[in-house]
Amino acid sequence: MSAMLEITDLHVAYGRVEAVRGVSLSLQPGQIVSVIGPNGAGKTTLMAAAMGLLPSTGSLRFEGEDLRRLDVEARVERGMCLVPEGRELFGTMSVQDNLLLGAYTRHRRGAPKQALSSVFERFPRLAERRRQRASTLSGGERQMLALGRALMAMPRLLLLDEPSLGLAPLIVRDILHIVRDLRAEGVSILLVEQNARAALEISDHGYVLETGEVVVAGPSATLANDPRVQAIYLGGDPETD
Amino acid sequence: MDWDLALILLVDGLANGSVYLLAGIGLVLIFSVTRVLFVPFGDIAAFAALTLAAFEAGRLPATVGMVATLAALATLAETWRLLRIGEHRRLGRALVGWGLLPLLPCAVAWGVVESQAPGWLQILATLLLVLPIIPLVARLTLQPIADASVLVLLMVSLVLHFLLSGLGLLFFGAEGSRTKPLTSLNWEVVAGFTVGGQTLLMVAAALLLSALFYLAFEYTVIGKALRATAVNRVGARLVGIRPAQTALLAYCGASLLAGLIGVLVAPTTTMYYDSGFIIGLRAFIAAIIGALTSYPLTAVGALAVGIFESFASFWSGALKDAIVFGLLIPVLILRSYMALHVDDEIEELDE
Repeated sequence: MSAMLEITDLHVAYGRVEAVRGVSLSLQPGQIVSVIGPNGAGKTTLMAAAMGLLPSTGSLRFEGEDLRRLDVEARVERGMCLVPEGRELFGTMSVQDNLLLGAYTRHRRGAPKQALSSVFERFPRLAERRRQRASTLSGGERQMLALGRALMAMPRLLLLDEPSLGLAPLIVRDILHIVRDLRAEGVSILLVEQNARAALEISDHGYVLETGEVVVAGPSATLANDPRVQAIYLGGDPETD
Repeated sequence: MDWDLALILLVDGLANGSVYLLAGIGLVLIFSVTRVLFVPFGDIAAFAALTLAAFEAGRLPATVGMVATLAALATLAETWRLLRIGEHRRLGRALVGWGLLPLLPCAVAWGVVESQAPGWLQILATLLLVLPIIPLVARLTLQPIADASVLVLLMVSLVLHFLLSGLGLLFFGAEGSRTKPLTSLNWEVVAGFTVGGQTLLMVAAALLLSALFYLAFEYTVIGKALRATAVNRVGARLVGIRPAQTALLAYCGASLLAGLIGVLVAPTTTMYYDSGFIIGLRAFIAAIIGALTSYPLTAVGALAVGIFESFASFWSGALKDAIVFGLLIPVLILRSYMALHVDDEIEELDE
């Protein structure tokens, strides 16, 4: 089986500072792969480089195709979609317009209407607020909108950068439920999370990133029981969440 | 001052304001999508006026040579870029898009001159001929540095103004010209007070175009994509909107507006190759009132500048420009005061 996303020996630098140093990662179709690690480990940089927002060296392949010749927009057209840490919504535009623009690459092929109603079904809150400006939404609603906007493009691979950042625990649970539902619907997901326990719980495979390098990798269940990972990321008592 | 006079000055001001409104829309359109303060906007309007004058004199406008030269340079630049990144397959499209497409209006212009076409066809040919100028100039100079800071873009744009105004002198010569009135109708509103058809045409054009732009921005996907690029460039890229494409659209829209301004202004004032600059500068005041982002506020600003100018030139012709540009000072003070408060609000929202 060929990998959906294959990253080999990826290096990303901001000027002289290397933020990602030789990361290799692979994601099979239908998988959720999580990348965990402390602040400044290079997780967000890795995501931005995979999407083409940052220049990188090394090899990046999506469904066997070399990504390095493709710009961000072409990667979106191929079926990749990044929900960035900063959400990057269109603040002065309405919720509905934000969503409709999510289907921008598919407008010529029609049927964003159907995608819109399915996003509203998944996030009833967004339907209630469809006429409101995106900048007036709460943190959780913004994350829903960012996720909804990404789903409008009908991606086959979703890159989620810290979907739980700054959100209340209940909303985090909702969002992670949705992530799991999406996998069941056939969307593959690369998930970057600080909430390591939650990330390992819903993912099939995990990578631990530290100062730009992969230090541990393996099936998520194995990682969750790895003493080093437990000590650093999962805290003491595994019962508290 | 009596009421009759005030009314005349007001109508005059509204006509001027309509021109600044169109120019203001063009400036805000370019700035919000590309972050470029497009200084040479007025120059392009002047080129349009001179183009129409040449048509009326039965000559082939010098604009044809200008567009053909720019198209050749842009095709070279695009070919060089595609060869360098190894995209040979897109060469054909680039050749058609940057090389052949801008030459179509040149062919139309030639046809119009040869067949001594009627006035409205000459106007149409003028608009078509001016349409490729801003996109081509931007492709050559601004697109390669699209990610530079606003300040760098402003400097390049300022240099572009001097360059274009020099090119204007080279292509059109120093001689000024005025075109035939678009309409000779007069409308008597009340006994003893008539409004010229030309004035009405200017106001109507401004109203119609603002309405069209509003509808396009609110209800079309392309319009929304333009707004999205203006609001959040990264977000726009992430949904697959190419900034280079929206920029091209914005430049085309602005070029069309510049052409219209030229056609509307040419019958009322004698236009020289460098007459456009002052129109652009006054439109800047309007655009600054709109904070370079808000179309409605720009419209209000444009009408205010027009009316202010008309009254100022009555009170003191010599100080007219000083008074109009002096308008900037209270506006900027008010704006910075308001900006402080807006920041407060945003902070509150984030918490």
